[in-house]
Amino acid sequence: MSETQGAAAKDLVPVTVLTGFLGAGKTTLLNHILTAEHGRKYAVVINEFGELGVDNDLVVDADEEVFEMNNGCICCTVRGDLIRILGSLMKRRTKFDGIIVETTGLADPAPVAQTFFVDEEVRGKTRLDAVVTVVDAYNVLETLEESPEAVHQIAFADVIILNKTDLVDEAKLVEIETKIRQINAFVRLHKAVRGNVPLTDVLDQGGFDLQRALEYEPDFLENTEHSHEEGVTSMSFSVEEPLDEARFHAWIGALLQEQGGDILRSKGILNFAGRNERFAFQAVHMMADGDFIGPWKDGEKPESRLVFIGRNLNRPRLRRGFESCRA
Amino acid sequence: MSGTDGFSGIVENRGVEQTIDGHIIACCASRDNRAFAFATGEGDVLIAPRETLRDTVTWKTVQAHDGPVLALSADVSGAGFLTGGEDGRLNRVSLEAVEELGKGRRWIEHVACWSDGRKGVIACASGKEVQLRDAAGTTVMRTLEHPSTVSGIVFDAKGKRIAASHYNGASMWFVQSKDGSPKLYEWKGSHIGIAIHPAGDALITAMQENELHGWRIADGHNMRMSGYPTKVASLAFTRNGKWLATSGADGVVMWPFFGGGPMGKPPAELPGIPGVLCTRVSTHPQQDIVVAGFADGRILMIDYTTERVLPVCGEGGGMVTALAFSADGCTLGYGTEEGRIGVVDLAGPA
Ligand SMILES: [Zn+2]
Repeated sequence: MSETQGAAAKDLVPVTVLTGFLGAGKTTLLNHILTAEHGRKYAVVINEFGELGVDNDLVVDADEEVFEMNNGCICCTVRGDLIRILGSLMKRRTKFDGIIVETTGLADPAPVAQTFFVDEEVRGKTRLDAVVTVVDAYNVLETLEESPEAVHQIAFADVIILNKTDLVDEAKLVEIETKIRQINAFVRLHKAVRGNVPLTDVLDQGGFDLQRALEYEPDFLENTEHSHEEGVTSMSFSVEEPLDEARFHAWIGALLQEQGGDILRSKGILNFAGRNERFAFQAVHMMADGDFIGPWKDGEKPESRLVFIGRNLNRPRLRRGFESCRA
Repeated sequence: MSGTDGFSGIVENRGVEQTIDGHIIACCASRDNRAFAFATGEGDVLIAPRETLRDTVTWKTVQAHDGPVLALSADVSGAGFLTGGEDGRLNRVSLEAVEELGKGRRWIEHVACWSDGRKGVIACASGKEVQLRDAAGTTVMRTLEHPSTVSGIVFDAKGKRIAASHYNGASMWFVQSKDGSPKLYEWKGSHIGIAIHPAGDALITAMQENELHGWRIADGHNMRMSGYPTKVASLAFTRNGKWLATSGADGVVMWPFFGGGPMGKPPAELPGIPGVLCTRVSTHPQQDIVVAGFADGRILMIDYTTERVLPVCGEGGGMVTALAFSADGCTLGYGTEEGRIGVVDLAGPA
């Protein structure tokens, strides 16, 4: 990342989106974050049907108004209330170190994330740091069976806090982790008992930060056997040769236009021919964004990597498409 | 754009500027034209008396809200102002006092009022509700419910109707009618601001998708006005309703509301500042003048018939976020996101 980009990114107030099913311990985690000794100032946007009181100076009630954009597509949605609330919060002289947006248990994280792609004023002042999903270890497997919203919350997460781990045994934990990785192989997973995780596991994650988008990827723990599974899954692809920039944009644009309803998230670090810089790409459904983020690090292999999380992902077709972008 | 000899604009010889603490949310003159107010993101209202306009020592700061002011309007009575804030309060603010007219749990995001000098009505919007209050402001006469959060309210020129913009369109209510339902003007999408034609011909909204939408009030006929690079944050009809002046591009975009327009007619673009976004517009109540504020803090006064341009002030203070003429057209006030405020006396000696 160039110095100017770095400086600009620092001025943007990070927004953490906190999701998780009712009873998973979201509010407990939130209060844990707010009362910890960090000397930082947070504004908290909560849904009006919140479970418990939130202990903070500035708490804003939100309606969770999900608005469709007028392009006629049902996956292209934003949180209208959040645009107004963030706009107003940013007009205060005393700036915040961060903003935490809590969603209702049943909320789809896509409209929140897409708000940061769509609205220019929101983008101008804030950045989506990460989607953090709190998961109740005791109930999660059952919940995932019953609720597509819960699956989406796992799929969209940059960070999962697996809470109440004291209520299950080691074998169950392994089963849970396997299930979570089947949906989202690239998520950072932290175990907790009563929301007692270090703040560094939750805040300043840079999950939506283009520079750090893929730096945290583990060794691609994706489950290749499940590529024909009905449900939400994740896949990654890599190409060693440089890509043709225009061809990539044409391919990914058409792919997201056609399949964006099913592709919940996609992100990648790309090596374009003739550019000595990494290009970071990410999208939520059809809304995509990308930027050059500086040179490859010493010793880093300049290859292009792309990750998709969604349903009905066709591995051979995606691979062929990605490979056809070679320069 | 500054002229020769470092002349940055008419504020130098006809007005005064200062910088205060806070983002300027809005500014306006009182209905009797005797005071000009600026509201801030810190909850303050700064009031400048007309008689001593250029002497900032006589200006008074009133702490009106706990948290940001979200809305500012001239009061129905000649003197003073109405404000709404994040603290859920609707206040009447004057040089003398702050009077709380109402308090709710939600933000009061919009305040408007109408008066013919004898009777008047106050409206304030919070969440999905618009309250209509009597001229005193303390009695809620009606509560108007909308399908989603109200993003703007406007009275027609005669005070007979009030329109509110929201998701998927706008609702128009007869102020005096006891009938419980509005006339709905529908158009899919998120509508984020509203204006009404001075003769009641058309209702216009700004949309999330960098465009305007309009309806002919009589028959609901749709009008689309697009082509903006950004959202349109500010829109104002000219005094006779011939033109709709708008921000959102690097010059003032003017849509014609005559000769069959705006449908099928291209907008006129007034001279602006190349490469700098227009962020606020305001129209003069008596003359063919539009004033435009820009993202770099500059303000231009433009005669839209001759396209003559007069700079009001130079760069600074971040983007212009507030801009208004007094009702008699004699005072122009402005404010920016970094607290630079100014008033220009257009009637007095230079
Ligand atoms: Zn879509």
